[in-house]
Amino acid sequence: MASQIDEQQVKHVASLAKLEFTDEQLSKFTPQLESIIDLFESIDKVDTTGVIPMTSASDQINAMREDKAVNSHQCDELLKNAPDTEDGYIKVPAIIDESGDGE
Amino acid sequence: MNFYDTDLTQLHDDLVNKKISATELTKATFENIHATEDQVQAFLTLNEEVAMKQAQEVDANGINADQLVAGIPLGVKDNIVTKGLRTTAASKILDNFNPIYDATVIEKLKAQNFINAGKLNLDEFAMGGSTENSAYQTTHNPWDLTRVPGGSSGGSAAAVAAGQVLAALGTDTGGSIRLPASYNGVVGMKPTYGRVSRWGIIAFGSSLDQVGWLTQSVKDNALLTSLISGHDEHDLTSSTREVPNFASQLNDDTSVKGLRIAVPKEYLGEGVDEGVKETIKAALKHYESLGAIIDEVSLPNTQYGVAAYYIISSSEASSNLQRFDGIRYGVRATDVQNLEDVYVKSRSEGFGDEVKRRIMLGTFSLSAGFYDAYFKKASQIRTLIRQDFEKVFENHDLVMGPAGPTVAYKIGANITDPKAMYMNDVLTVPVNMAGLPGMSIPAGFSDNMPVGLQIIGKPFDEQTMYNAAYAFEQTTDFHKQTPNLGGQN
Repeated sequence: MASQIDEQQVKHVASLAKLEFTDEQLSKFTPQLESIIDLFESIDKVDTTGVIPMTSASDQINAMREDKAVNSHQCDELLKNAPDTEDGYIKVPAIIDESGDGE
Repeated sequence: MNFYDTDLTQLHDDLVNKKISATELTKATFENIHATEDQVQAFLTLNEEVAMKQAQEVDANGINADQLVAGIPLGVKDNIVTKGLRTTAASKILDNFNPIYDATVIEKLKAQNFINAGKLNLDEFAMGGSTENSAYQTTHNPWDLTRVPGGSSGGSAAAVAAGQVLAALGTDTGGSIRLPASYNGVVGMKPTYGRVSRWGIIAFGSSLDQVGWLTQSVKDNALLTSLISGHDEHDLTSSTREVPNFASQLNDDTSVKGLRIAVPKEYLGEGVDEGVKETIKAALKHYESLGAIIDEVSLPNTQYGVAAYYIISSSEASSNLQRFDGIRYGVRATDVQNLEDVYVKSRSEGFGDEVKRRIMLGTFSLSAGFYDAYFKKASQIRTLIRQDFEKVFENHDLVMGPAGPTVAYKIGANITDPKAMYMNDVLTVPVNMAGLPGMSIPAGFSDNMPVGLQIIGKPFDEQTMYNAAYAFEQTTDFHKQTPNLGGQN
């Protein structure tokens, strides 16, 4: 079965993933993704009735630790990697539009 | 001097007995890297200044007999975080990233006073099989500079093959240690999931990722794997099992007599190059001559491995890579009006094409209406793949076959066809899906390029794999052949 992914759907998934593509990129990515999703659909024919999904290969079960706060890193060290900071905080552009047009 | 003609144990003895100094060794290492790096391009960041200082400290303080890697320069794949040393995962989005802590594997090596020679190239975020997805450079295969080194740990494998370092750390999510080991004629081990802590590894597919070594010899690999293994409270999937001293069983008495080796017919079937098949069949014959018993078996769900793997690994990647948003670290886009712009533009400008494809595939597979058909179904296939192996291991000690369906291909040959690139992983991904240990050892040549024999073991039975690999290595000379850098044109 051929997958139904089109440019509209690619745009939708991109918005979920916080990515954006130019029209040129869209026309490149869409057939690539379509061909890979076709490959994905090859598993459709396997009978998996009653098969329990495997979610981990770890041999550890229910690892617990004491609920204790530890100070593992110093704040200023962490902030050195932040693109923009002010007074010990990470700075970002305004979240709320203050232009007053309601949007 | 060329210390690469020796091995880790000899080098360590020479350092302890002061036949050579760590400073001498480190200086020679960087001279050799500078002489070959134009051709190979394995390193993203060289740590020369710090390394020389560390070497002098080691010489001043002396080396304890139990510090195997003290004063020895080793390479580190650039998706393993190193405190104060730029770590990019070969991505532009981490171009300026200086980690403030060390990965557990690095901590363990530092406790032994190892010398970090530098950070090695990879496919961006370890997504790819050729290093062509690196945002910075493509590493060249030392055996033929027009060919890829494999990936994603291509920088690590090429650096070891070129004799730039004696050993290098890699990571393996779907073959990223074994495929480059095969393409470069070196030894690469992906231990059992949980054997080595993943703390400080820039996460790609958390249920699949594992750290391991690329080395010139089996014994070096065994020694180094013991060194980085063990439970870590920072990674609660890491196993609490005791870590064997794998190398202690590798000696003149190591034998494969009576060893039951399973060869899946799917691993020597359609899609595998004739030259690779012949090389692997000859290697299996050699095992037979050493007293091993070879049986053909079937792993029927192998054919669904690539599809199921790319659904699961991309889904996990799309979740893991949400953290790269231009806020707390990494590169933030400059042309932004609001917070949404910071996320979208930083990610769209910072990630390369392959990373975007994986994020898209993962987001799609997990999205409403598709989850059951893709992610859940793939996780069920994962159970079936694991059961295939369990059944074979009821009557066999090891599984063997090629690590990759071909030898290293030409740079540029597959890069425009992502699906063709994915199919190269057909023989390696089932091992990660099942959480098993897998390794590749030099098994011969086809088309004048190295071919790797893949050895797959039972969970936490790396010992039987190392024993078999050692027995093969001691009775063949493929591992002694090295690329002739500078002599080719």
